Amino acid sequence: MAIGATTTLRARLFGSPGNASLSLLIVALLLWGLTHGLDWAVLSAQFRPDAEACRALDHAGACWGVIAEKHSQILFGRYPQQEMWRPALATALLLALLGQSFLRPRAGLVWAWAVVAAVVLLLLGGGAFGLAAVGAERWGGLPLTLLLSLAGIAGALPLGVLLALGRRSALPAISVPCGAYIELVRGVPLVSLLFLASFLLPLFLPQGLTMGVLGRVLIGLILFAAAYLAEVVRGGLQAVPEAQRLQAAALGLGYWQTQRWVILPQALRLALPALMNSFISTIKETSVVTVVSLYELTGALTLALAGDPDWRPFFLEGYLFIAAIYWLICFALSRLSLRFEHRRARP
Amino acid sequence: MVERRRYWRAFAYQALAIAAIVAALAYLAHNTAQNLQSRGIPSGFDFLLQAAGFDIGDSLVSFSAGEPYWQALLAGLANTLRVAGPAIVLTTLLGTALGLGRLSSNALLAGLCGAYVEVFRNIPLLLQLLAWYFVLTDLLPPFDEAWRLGGAATLSKSGLSLFGASLTPEFLAVLFGLVCYSAAYMAEIVRAGFGAVPRSQTEAAAALGMAGRDIQLQVVLPQALRLIMPAAANQFLSLTKNSSLAIAVGYPDLVSVANTALNQTGRALECVSLIMGVYLALSLATAIAMRVIERRLAWP
Repeated sequence: MAIGATTTLRARLFGSPGNASLSLLIVALLLWGLTHGLDWAVLSAQFRPDAEACRALDHAGACWGVIAEKHSQILFGRYPQQEMWRPALATALLLALLGQSFLRPRAGLVWAWAVVAAVVLLLLGGGAFGLAAVGAERWGGLPLTLLLSLAGIAGALPLGVLLALGRRSALPAISVPCGAYIELVRGVPLVSLLFLASFLLPLFLPQGLTMGVLGRVLIGLILFAAAYLAEVVRGGLQAVPEAQRLQAAALGLGYWQTQRWVILPQALRLALPALMNSFISTIKETSVVTVVSLYELTGALTLALAGDPDWRPFFLEGYLFIAAIYWLICFALSRLSLRFEHRRARP
Repeated sequence: MVERRRYWRAFAYQALAIAAIVAALAYLAHNTAQNLQSRGIPSGFDFLLQAAGFDIGDSLVSFSAGEPYWQALLAGLANTLRVAGPAIVLTTLLGTALGLGRLSSNALLAGLCGAYVEVFRNIPLLLQLLAWYFVLTDLLPPFDEAWRLGGAATLSKSGLSLFGASLTPEFLAVLFGLVCYSAAYMAEIVRAGFGAVPRSQTEAAAALGMAGRDIQLQVVLPQALRLIMPAAANQFLSLTKNSSLAIAVGYPDLVSVANTALNQTGRALECVSLIMGVYLALSLATAIAMRVIERRLAWP
């Protein structure tokens, strides 16, 4: 049965009287919504950073001037004004390698990540090669969002692998604590782990040892993400056929040799799409760290607008701007991971 | 001989693991005790009986400053449940509508529902909450010029009033944010559930002469529901955990009240454990309830 694409589409839109009236209703609604949206966002909008003109609009049109005025503070937080090219370059590097890693994930990228991580930390922190030193407390905005997500996942993955192996262990004194940790963390909200990192970690450290808020929040994120990654990895481990383990045992491999060379490479490859999804979730979750006063993208927006009476009324435009950034990154990464999955599924 | 060696090796590993865990916990406890002592921070749960010193305006049970902390925390927990309950109901309704919409034979409707899912699940929930809160508190008209929605409801900067009952903008922001975000995930769960029922089931039922309505209700729905229920329960749990983001818009939920108590009394260890304990209990209760329901739903 060869049916042309237009014929199919016509059937799917106007196949029956009910379907046809539904289609017309949706078209009418879309037209109404798009014309009003277009009018607000473009035709009646103010693009120049002119607070006076924006107020005169009285929200009948968008005030994109707020982005023109505040974009560097929104994107890069409290980073010194004259050094803005450094976080910009760092962000571009991270995004480029991130896209590459989702498009064509392979082991060799680990080295690329090591180099980029070093370059990014050097760019942000400075203090060498003629770059002025910038303390971590002034880092913020989009590069901080990316840095927290990447470092969070990089730290959580080894811990998650160990927890997953531990939970599957035949020894109860190992499997029970690992299982308990995973379920405990998955049962509580991220905010409570960030409170733990921010209020309790200083108490846990030996006297005389202190840690900056960035490090503490990162530990909180890692402890949280590890529990979820452990379940993802466990899913991969369960999908590796039992015969693989038996054959490795028949070859005389010990437990760690079997896991390292036989089971884990297969399990992680199987779990890769789910791991990519976890990473996308982590990007969204980093927005929560603003609750404990770390100014990543969401926090940087609040920082840029909340204290400025001229621009405060145009928070909505600011929210839409950073929502678009989050959306672009998360949507693009999820599409890339889907493409990767499809490509791999093909024989 | 080999068996015996294996037995002792397992024993040694486990003894080592237990020793390592106990040692790590003891080390943390020792550090904590020392730090508390040197900084002069009092510890213990006795503060729960002291007067809280702050009001909670927006709660089911009225709470005023003279009452003790434990009652404040209870009011906070009640607020968590008061927003999570309706959010779960509305998420289920909106999510099911969107999920079925995506499966619709109408291409426009399916595309529109798909676009909703892709937009709302790729934007952080916190950002959505903040945006709702800003719209509700800054862009709505003041109380005197409230919008009238029918005869019984008014909507203004002071919130929604419905048949005399009033809902604060903080409550509404958390509710709308949670529902819009979770519904995107719920839609995917519903779509996957119905999508996983093989087409042959519908065809077989039709061959038996069943009517279209009966096919959906008696053949497709029960099978889809068995796939949807566990995933939906997970989604409801993460919705309840996500309601803790209420702290960002100042809705006095459990986490927000506990945070205030923490800042006032300095009992960080106690307050963080309280939050975690309550959420763990909620998770456990949901897990048990789900197991009971699943057993009821299982084929005889």
